[in-house]
Amino acid sequence: MGHETARGGPSRRTSLLALGAFAAALGTGFGPAAAQDTVFIPNVVELSGAGAVSGTNWRDGITLAVEEINAKGGILGKKLNVPHIDTQSDASIARAQVQKVLDDKPYVILGPVFSGSVLVTMTLAQNAEIPEIVGGEAAAITQKGNPFVFRTAFGQQFSMPKIANYIRDGLKAKNVAVLWVNNDFGKGGRDNFAKEMQARGIKVVADISTESGQVDFASDVVKLKAANADAVFVYTNEEESARFLKEARKQSLQAPLIGETTLLSQKVIELAGDAANGVKGHVGLSSDAPVPALAAFGEKFKKRFNYANDHNGIKGYIAVYMIKHVTEKMGKFDSKGLADTLHGLTITPEQEPGILMEATWDKNGDIDRASFLGEVVGGKQKIVEVLPKLGK
Amino acid sequence: MSSFLQLLVSGLATGAIYALVAVGFSLLWQASQTINFAQGEFVMVPAFFVLVAMHGLGLPFPAAALAGIAVAAILLGLLFRRAVVAPMLQHGLLPLVVSTIALSIFMREAVKDFYSAQAQPFPSLVADRDIEVFGTVFSLQSLVVLAVAVLVTAGLHVFLQHTRLGRMMQATAQNRAVAQIVGIDVDRMVLLTFLINAMLCAVASILISPIYLAKFTNGETLGQAAFVAAIIGGFNQTRGAMVGGLLLGVLDNLCAAYLSAQYRSALPLFLLVLFILFRPQGLMGRVEERTV
Repeated sequence: MGHETARGGPSRRTSLLALGAFAAALGTGFGPAAAQDTVFIPNVVELSGAGAVSGTNWRDGITLAVEEINAKGGILGKKLNVPHIDTQSDASIARAQVQKVLDDKPYVILGPVFSGSVLVTMTLAQNAEIPEIVGGEAAAITQKGNPFVFRTAFGQQFSMPKIANYIRDGLKAKNVAVLWVNNDFGKGGRDNFAKEMQARGIKVVADISTESGQVDFASDVVKLKAANADAVFVYTNEEESARFLKEARKQSLQAPLIGETTLLSQKVIELAGDAANGVKGHVGLSSDAPVPALAAFGEKFKKRFNYANDHNGIKGYIAVYMIKHVTEKMGKFDSKGLADTLHGLTITPEQEPGILMEATWDKNGDIDRASFLGEVVGGKQKIVEVLPKLGK
Repeated sequence: MSSFLQLLVSGLATGAIYALVAVGFSLLWQASQTINFAQGEFVMVPAFFVLVAMHGLGLPFPAAALAGIAVAAILLGLLFRRAVVAPMLQHGLLPLVVSTIALSIFMREAVKDFYSAQAQPFPSLVADRDIEVFGTVFSLQSLVVLAVAVLVTAGLHVFLQHTRLGRMMQATAQNRAVAQIVGIDVDRMVLLTFLINAMLCAVASILISPIYLAKFTNGETLGQAAFVAAIIGGFNQTRGAMVGGLLLGVLDNLCAAYLSAQYRSALPLFLLVLFILFRPQGLMGRVEERTV
């Protein structure tokens, strides 16, 4: 009682002792000990704005992987702390968010998915020597010599040749029209596509750019009809793809519609309804592919989130398992070491089941793996052909 | 020629939506000197009322659409008038304008948090069918959108011009004090205007959402276009708002097809500046004189 005042509260000495003990606890590692139980891997991604479909799928794929890994004790005994931070599909916000998370010393940064946002954030991560595992497809991302950026999707320099071959050999088209979204993703795709068409002697008879988030595609479809091309290559984000398909259906556009993954995704099929039927194209990843691990992932995802995933869900999921596998292989948490180890690494599902399909990352951070040719039939994506890894 | 006709019909269909929303702008201004900068969100939100009625309550689309219109009338008409406009207007137009801007942000974010940031599929009033006229294929959906919008606006015009209630509303809009002296229940007329505006927005929402998809950002585009349409046509004339909407829809499509798709979003603002400089009363509006 000697330490208490006449009023019954703690004396100043007791209070100071308590404060001192608390400070000592912090100083001797009580606070950091709590932090040391987790590893900070922020996910900076498009949760609203034009990229909301991609970003939401990416986030949920990550969430699923994180829940699985944490339930089994985490990585090397540490639980994953993965906050999801919205870029609002705005490159300047993405940059600010990455700058902010870098202050908290992340182990790895996940996202963004939009190529424009990747291009403005990857230098920040490189300067901090923190790996960034991204969903962007623009060719430019891995052509800048940044050793800290890694893809989970094909770069356009890998996917466009596959599409071009299909247009030449499968459709036997002599000329094509191209409709693309005027952002870094769309511009990169359009440039690579045009290059591949030229290499195969196929003429691009209409080259139509659209805006990100565009809602009215009436005039674009009128221009495509006037072009009278053998095929139309559509390279827009998911929501715009759905709106375009509805308008194309409204105006009875007859030319075959060919796309990359974003034109055939589950969300596009859901949004466009019957208008998506008949669309064909190259699909980087799909739960409809004849790969049991991908199908099992699709079922798990649907059970957990009550909607069918698209390729971004798979990309987010494998991004976390990439980190897990490499960290366990190194036996320590070392950001720079993770980047070094990933270059030239092949991860197989036998080594790491969460990787779902065998994948290899080259010296630029580009991914190589098998992919698919797909078609939308009766409101469902149907895989018609499996295309092998380029490195095989 | 067939391309031009197709652009014209598509433009008229989109313009008809702008017109419905612009007519609401014009009505509110005439009846209560209210500029509602949340008007675009008033079109965006009813689509989600309909989706909630369908997916949450299990109602079929026609019943859900009617429920959506009814809920819109109560929340965006009655409640908006009582909870936002009436208290704010006492302090002048500027606080009201700021309040409606805040309301628009609140509605956008609320829908995003409550429903989703992702676009949602929305059922169409009619099946996907094409109609061929003189060698040009038109979609039934575009024609129905255009027809419904024209019928609704024509019905509103008849109501305002040829019914006793409509004439009382017009009298209230033209001179509130005199209308009160001759025994018109002015508050009731103003409230009716707000209800009509909310229902027009709900109809526009049901017409446009199958094409634009239901998304929390839809109001930004629509609100801006409708505001410009109302100014082009004449803010103080409902007929003017209709003409302004149709004109803007057609010009937007023709600009995207024949001039530049990149600059199409600048077109409404360009027209707005032109009209403010050279014909501030709009195409069909009348010059208002005020004493200060």
